Amino acid sequence: MATRISRREFVVGAAAGLTFAFAIDLGRAGRVVRAGAQSAGLSPNVWVTINPDDTVTIVSAAVEMGQGSMTGMPVVVAEELDADWSKVKVVPPPSNPVYGNPGFGGAQIIAASRTTRSFFMPLRLAGAQARRVLLDAVAAEWNVPVSELTTEPSVVVHQRSGRRISYGDVAKFAKVPAELPKMTPADLKRPSEFRLIGKSLPRVELPEKVVGRAKFGIDAEVPDMIYGAVLRPPIQGSAIEAVDDSAARAVPGVIDVIRLPWGVGVVGSGFEAVHKGKAALKVTWKKGARAESYDSDRLLGEYAGIAASLSRPGLELHKEGDVAKAMGASVQTFSAAYVSDHVYHATMEPVNALARVGADGMSCELWASTQSPGVNQRAIAGVLKTTPDKVKVNVQLLGGGFGRKVEQDFVLDAVLLSRITGKPVKVIWSREDDVRNDKFRPLAGQFLQAGIDAEGNLAAWRHRIVGASALARLLPPVYEALKGKDEILIEGHEISYSCNNQLHEYLREDRGVDVGPWRGVGAGYNKFAIESFIDEIAAAQRIDPVAFRLRLLAQNARARTVVEEAAKMADWGRKRPGRGLGVAFSEAWSYVATVAEVSVDRKTGKIRVHNVWAAVDPGIVISPDNVSAQIEGATIFGISHALQERITFDQGVVQQSNFHNYQLLRLADAPDVHVKVISTDNNPTGIGEAGLPPAAPAVANAVAALTGARVRQLPMLPERVLAALRA
Amino acid sequence: MILILNGQRTDVSADPNATLLWVLREQLKLTGTKYGCGMAMCGACTVHLDGQAVRSCVTKMSQVEGKRVTTIEGLSPDGSHPVQKAWLKEQVLQCGYCQSGQIMQAASLLAKTPKPSRAQIIQALNGNLCRCGTYGRIVRAVERAARGEV
Repeated sequence: MATRISRREFVVGAAAGLTFAFAIDLGRAGRVVRAGAQSAGLSPNVWVTINPDDTVTIVSAAVEMGQGSMTGMPVVVAEELDADWSKVKVVPPPSNPVYGNPGFGGAQIIAASRTTRSFFMPLRLAGAQARRVLLDAVAAEWNVPVSELTTEPSVVVHQRSGRRISYGDVAKFAKVPAELPKMTPADLKRPSEFRLIGKSLPRVELPEKVVGRAKFGIDAEVPDMIYGAVLRPPIQGSAIEAVDDSAARAVPGVIDVIRLPWGVGVVGSGFEAVHKGKAALKVTWKKGARAESYDSDRLLGEYAGIAASLSRPGLELHKEGDVAKAMGASVQTFSAAYVSDHVYHATMEPVNALARVGADGMSCELWASTQSPGVNQRAIAGVLKTTPDKVKVNVQLLGGGFGRKVEQDFVLDAVLLSRITGKPVKVIWSREDDVRNDKFRPLAGQFLQAGIDAEGNLAAWRHRIVGASALARLLPPVYEALKGKDEILIEGHEISYSCNNQLHEYLREDRGVDVGPWRGVGAGYNKFAIESFIDEIAAAQRIDPVAFRLRLLAQNARARTVVEEAAKMADWGRKRPGRGLGVAFSEAWSYVATVAEVSVDRKTGKIRVHNVWAAVDPGIVISPDNVSAQIEGATIFGISHALQERITFDQGVVQQSNFHNYQLLRLADAPDVHVKVISTDNNPTGIGEAGLPPAAPAVANAVAALTGARVRQLPMLPERVLAALRA
Repeated sequence: MILILNGQRTDVSADPNATLLWVLREQLKLTGTKYGCGMAMCGACTVHLDGQAVRSCVTKMSQVEGKRVTTIEGLSPDGSHPVQKAWLKEQVLQCGYCQSGQIMQAASLLAKTPKPSRAQIIQALNGNLCRCGTYGRIVRAVERAARGEV
């Protein structure tokens, strides 16, 4: 089955560089269908194959980029199949729409923390369906009612006669029926019956990772492969005026220099040769790119100003009650502006891809660290003027994704160089390429305004978010369908706090620099603003910030529980000399409350985060240890960006290039992170990003509690802290 | 040139100015050693040179001639090095890309300092970046390996 494509175009423009647009089928694609090709084993559906040797092969619904889905999703299938987990073999998802993510309208995209949430029920049904096929086959073979059969891990049992048969033995005679049994949620286990879900099973791919045998995208290799590198303009959108490639061609190992619509490619015998060749290129770029005036320091002020210009209408994201009236009737009003710089993904594995375009130029095989195999197929088909089914994507392990690897730029480098050279080409971006040409998290300006009533409760709430749109570039049809509500940018604007009069607005600014999804994306800066602001309102009233939140969350038991739990873990009421505590809450993806313990060097302005306590309720927990690991990691990620990560542009040129001037948090500066995972009988929600949004505001609130200085800017650089201390 | 690669005397035909990392990965097919930054800022490419942890992305082949080079593939024959076992016990890894380097760095620390203090662990591993944020588990795993509880 092929997903319908209502619009696909590939435009190579001299000045604009690369634009591609495509539509995904917004209806739900069939998820559980029979595999076309059967292997030796029994495949009741596309997810499961039961092999005669008693092993069970389960297709992972998601690529593995560190989030643990390659274990967690097969666990869900195995649970309802009642498989013996020690006999399960996991395979990565083939590029095929049947494995599409229901959370993305059936497109094969692994992003936005939508894997567990979207696949949990379909995969349970698929596992239960496979189990039912086995039971039906045994019932017919033994001539007993299927209702008398039960299962133990990978064994069908007939209690009355004492007969037992392993799944592998069933696979030797069973046939997949022409019409598969239809399963409903009523056929599934009750949570109390789970054997695998809720256990911290070891991650399946880690043994290969600790010995260096695991294959990441960067490790892919095919015969006759050559290497490629691409020089892009220092200012996005600049076209080539002239190329002097004589020095590049003289570099030993360089085979050819190839002009691409978006830059200049160098192909050769190895990474070092092509990157030396790239460095030796002398390219003159045409003037006139729109991004030439892009200056991030200036934009911070400009966006904050736009956000605060209340007469300028924004796109309505959420409205309830009458904010203007309620604000006027409030006994006290508050307002504040918050800004945040661009930040870089910094996946430890820089983006890379290996493409082998067929001799006819109309087919392609790709090996890549990719979060979007389904989109890769369409983008490549667009370049090669072919159909997506002619593109095979071999998904490799990802050395980090964080939203960067949903993009197509690095993939199309390899595809075009392969088409032009007629050889398989592997393109590995250098760290410098990766930094300078990232699709950064948007620079954002925000304005918040609130009014309280006589009891000190929220009576009015207004939130205005200013920034570029990622969705408009990535998925134009979705952007249009959402009428401009860029769900990537506005993520986390919703509040759980009780307030009957609210207005949330988005004001898009397009200044010629691409932005993209990042870990936590919008919620990263939106929760920074919201949670900082809530603390400012509490402080102005001299109310404890935990007590204030609990009062505003009176109607939301799950939210209250995580706030109470995090406060308890941190021993919230205990004073500690020289250190301050701050709390923040987020319901983005999952319920998370975070308490940070900080100290501040008042001479240098440097913040040190000593401890973080986080409580998370993601509904039904598949693996408590993996949830904990994700919250630990996202907390560190969040604190890193809160303290020191910053990409700046000067007249359109990115000023950072590698880890010496884009500093990630290191071990010596990392806090101890303590996580409590609370499993509740609610549908499972995402955990890859959920830990990030509350990290930065918890730190900002702790700094304010300790010093009285309110930093309304991310990152909270020492000079910004000093400025706030002096204010 | 001759080097002792993962315990085997190996004759490598390489330019003395070539970088060890890329010779390991592209020529010798030892892809467990990772490229991260090319300027010794991240530690993903860490290997042992005569037992010392070095960054292979800034090590020239001329510097390793006649020496012992150990990569993640050669740290133990079967993944049984205490550090590797401790890494699994603590489920340290997320994406895992930086972890070959982390493990090689930790193994070299424990070879010299079998019972490191927390401060010594932090000092030894501070040059190894982990974007997934596994630092807490890294420290716990080194401590576990040092205790021999693997």
